[in-house]
Amino acid sequence: MTDATVTDRIKQDITDNPVVLYMKGTPVFPQCGFSAAVVQILTTMGVKFKGIDVLADPEIRQGIKEFSNWPTIPQLYVKGEFVGGCDIIREMYENGELEGFLNQHGIAARA
Amino acid sequence: MAIDAGEIERLIKAGLPDAQVRIDDLRGDGDHYAAIVISAAFKGKSRVQQHQLVYQALQGRMGNELHALALQTSAPQD
Repeated sequence: MTDATVTDRIKQDITDNPVVLYMKGTPVFPQCGFSAAVVQILTTMGVKFKGIDVLADPEIRQGIKEFSNWPTIPQLYVKGEFVGGCDIIREMYENGELEGFLNQHGIAARA
Repeated sequence: MAIDAGEIERLIKAGLPDAQVRIDDLRGDGDHYAAIVISAAFKGKSRVQQHQLVYQALQGRMGNELHALALQTSAPQD
């Protein structure tokens, strides 16, 4: 079970930051290929985001899986909404959907 | 811990009986798979919801025994 404080911290982070990536490692030093792939997409698109390293925080690592009902990391949140993991982000990037989605949410992004 | 492709397919079909499933073992190591899943259950659902249905069918194995399963989901074309 995830306790309330972990859930509150997640809610706070995804409310305070327009784009949040829960990932393994940091944006500069990703520790997993799937996290690195999403960092690379966001960086290529010039999207500013906050990376949260789940390896540095076991409570968040478990908590975010329960919060999103999603079993894997990375997980991307935009304006408090769960957008997807690596496969979905990659698919949306490749078919051009991601740029439109970000722009619609008021996030500057280039294709 | 590895899991074999037949077991992944069996679990997905148990959860989504109409599903067409194609599994590729990407590295031949029983640990990195790609799956294409087509099911009428995905109709009208977002991609996140579609993937959640597949993860549900996998009953907690995703992220545990099953480290990497690149998923692509869609509803059948009419």
